[in-house]
Amino acid sequence: MDGLEGGDVFVIVVGGGRVGFYLTKELLAEGHELVLMEKDPRSAERLRDELGAVVVNRDGCEGTHLAEAGANRASIVAAVTGDDADNLVVCQMAKHHFDVPRTIARVNNPRNEILFRHLGVDEIISPTRMVLAAIEQDIPVHELLHLAQLEGGELELIEAQIADDSPAIGRRPADIELPEGCALFVLIRDDKAQSMRPDTVFQAGDKVIAVSRTECETDLHRQLIGAAHEIAGA
Amino acid sequence: MRTIIVGCGRVGAGLAGQLARDGHEVTVLDQTTEAFRRLAPDFPGQALRGDGTDESVLRRAGAAGADWFLALTNGDNRNILAAQLASETFGIQYVLCKINDPVRAQAYATLGVHTIDRTMMMIDSIGRFMGRPAMPGAADVRRAAVQPVAAPVPPPGHGELPAAGPPAEGAEPPGPGDGRTGGR
Repeated sequence: MDGLEGGDVFVIVVGGGRVGFYLTKELLAEGHELVLMEKDPRSAERLRDELGAVVVNRDGCEGTHLAEAGANRASIVAAVTGDDADNLVVCQMAKHHFDVPRTIARVNNPRNEILFRHLGVDEIISPTRMVLAAIEQDIPVHELLHLAQLEGGELELIEAQIADDSPAIGRRPADIELPEGCALFVLIRDDKAQSMRPDTVFQAGDKVIAVSRTECETDLHRQLIGAAHEIAGA
Repeated sequence: MRTIIVGCGRVGAGLAGQLARDGHEVTVLDQTTEAFRRLAPDFPGQALRGDGTDESVLRRAGAAGADWFLALTNGDNRNILAAQLASETFGIQYVLCKINDPVRAQAYATLGVHTIDRTMMMIDSIGRFMGRPAMPGAADVRRAAVQPVAAPVPPPGHGELPAAGPPAEGAEPPGPGDGRTGGR
């Protein structure tokens, strides 16, 4: 909580789940002025027993409820419900309707992060992303996937996922220097398989099915996944 | 004309049938397959189970390259998220968002989202039935008068879309007499 020196900030927390509950508790302990909005009457009552009068049984997506809670003088609105759509609406209403300087959204689907930022949410908290990042440190994801062995183990059927940073993006099959004895075979895009054509241009998100001699795998990896991930993929 | 409809309720299913008959290539999304029972048995379009606020589901539904996107679930916020995914992430030009809370509808119309608000439509319809004067614009798709981008030109040749075409720039909203859409 850098930058919150206590006392003069007014925070509205929307969503009284676990995140909202502990967040409210911490902020109260630090001496901030705060309102916790929880739309479910039962949950709100339970929260009020624990946290006191800062809990209001109001829906943070409703303009009138936000106004009642004092959104027009809030410095921060934090939307931490378990529902991405609700969190987005809370932040957009706060930002565009009440000119709240700082909005924070919990985002559960990591794919919503870019959109939320683009739509003006100031800060994104993504529990999914945090856990994912922790896991990815241990498990390399930039790997070739071995699907099957062919010809008694001399050839392999391999799947390569074209990530955002793949050197193959924007290139055609002919632009890719493949080792001898290696063939790109099928392209999977938007969950549909298509055969590799000379005019195919690789995009992020594509999957490429290739047949490769076992010893050529490192070259294939470099071309499709990228040198940056070689250690992770080894 | 490729059209994606999120939410296979009465409106979504009914519209899907009509548009498909008009020749639209329609994909309807709903979170439950139960909902697809509302579609006619001979519905020629696609019905896809999935969350219309999930980017990967929308991609699978063919959102990249769709011409129309109609967010018609029962959840205002889900519609708002789906509609903004459609316009911002997939660049779909004609996006309509049903928002039944008039305050939210107004707020998002101001933000440049095409919104339709069943609450105001019904208040207007019932009021007119009882002899009250019509509420201008209540039955129409709304968007802020001051638009951040030039208003798109409605695609030609599909006259069966009452008030669904984005208004051409400078066009007057249809008169109160046209507002007969508020039936449901």
